[in-house]
Amino acid sequence: MMRGPIPVAVAFLAGIFMVISFFSTNPAIERVSGDFLNWVSIVSGFTILLGVVSIAHANWSKIQRRKEGWPYAVVLRVFRAGMLVSGFSEGVETGTVYDWLFTNLQAPMMTTMFSMLAFFIASAAYRAFRARTLQATLLLVTAIIVMLGRIPVGQAINSNLPDVTNWIMAVPNMAAQRGIIIGAALGAAATALRIILGLERTYMGRG
Amino acid sequence: MDPVTTLTALFTLAIYSFLYRDNPVYRFAEHVFAGLSAGYYSGLIFQSVLVQQLWQPLIGGKLWLIVPGILGVLTFARLSTKWSWLSRVALAFVIGANAGILLMQQLHGLVLPQVAETMINMGTIKGLLVVVGVISTLMYFYFSKPHKGALGVIANVGMWFIMISFGAHFGYTVMARVSLLIGRVQFLVIDWLHLVD
Repeated sequence: MMRGPIPVAVAFLAGIFMVISFFSTNPAIERVSGDFLNWVSIVSGFTILLGVVSIAHANWSKIQRRKEGWPYAVVLRVFRAGMLVSGFSEGVETGTVYDWLFTNLQAPMMTTMFSMLAFFIASAAYRAFRARTLQATLLLVTAIIVMLGRIPVGQAINSNLPDVTNWIMAVPNMAAQRGIIIGAALGAAATALRIILGLERTYMGRG
Repeated sequence: MDPVTTLTALFTLAIYSFLYRDNPVYRFAEHVFAGLSAGYYSGLIFQSVLVQQLWQPLIGGKLWLIVPGILGVLTFARLSTKWSWLSRVALAFVIGANAGILLMQQLHGLVLPQVAETMINMGTIKGLLVVVGVISTLMYFYFSKPHKGALGVIANVGMWFIMISFGAHFGYTVMARVSLLIGRVQFLVIDWLHLVD
């Protein structure tokens, strides 16, 4: 039962209730729907912790079997434990060790990681320039116009560049983005309906 | 030099060392970052969800919160091959409820407003271009028939619109990443080395 009908029935009831609550103005339904949202948030929190535990498990087996690069797995465990212990014991407020580690190590490292993409994106642009197709040219000409149109140098080169950039953003870019958003939203809605109706069950996994 | 700033600067330089090639210093910094990130999100979820949304209201008398608590604990059955089926009810609840929310959110919050906005200014050249762009982009993603004949022509027009949009986003991404790079260089040159006032 737990392997088939019960989870499908739970998904159906939870899904259909959220759809009904969207249209309902009944205070009882609205209250239960609010509670359900809170429950979803709580269970989702557990699932994220499950992910962290699962990574820790895989990491531990790498250390035990002395696989290639296992000392780095030790480093990962030590820093994760440091962050976890400080977060669990002191809390996450300003002035705690947790906050110190975030402000002085994690946040600057995250910014550095993202900033490195500036170099890789430049190399990707160089390769795309060599593609010499109409689409690649269109992509790069648009990118150059948009970049120049948003900086003072662009305006110095040609005073019309900011207007051209605004037109690109407001017409062809918006049209394509709308097409992509509508298509993706229809796809997401269709998948949601399949989950509610029990046609999509891959989230249950195997076993 | 401030030791904390020096520590941050050394980790910044360790990450930038990857620009030369993959090396042990970079890999050490990478694993420190991964460990801190995993710990950061775990700590945040523990405090904001498990303590504030579950534990504190539960001891405050909201006993029905035992249900999501049990469902949450059941998700950990996923770690056992024998008992993994127990986690399915919890996953079914989360995914089912999210599917219900998503269904209405996507249709009511995205599809209908976007279609309505597209149709409003159809009388102008700009509005007409937007309609052509939206329809041709949607046609480009229609794969149930081969892109030949009229469908092929419309899909090709859609491709041009998509490329212009990707180009605009590429430009913005480059600018955003360069801004981050400038921020890190300013940190190294001004805050750490004090080469510029």
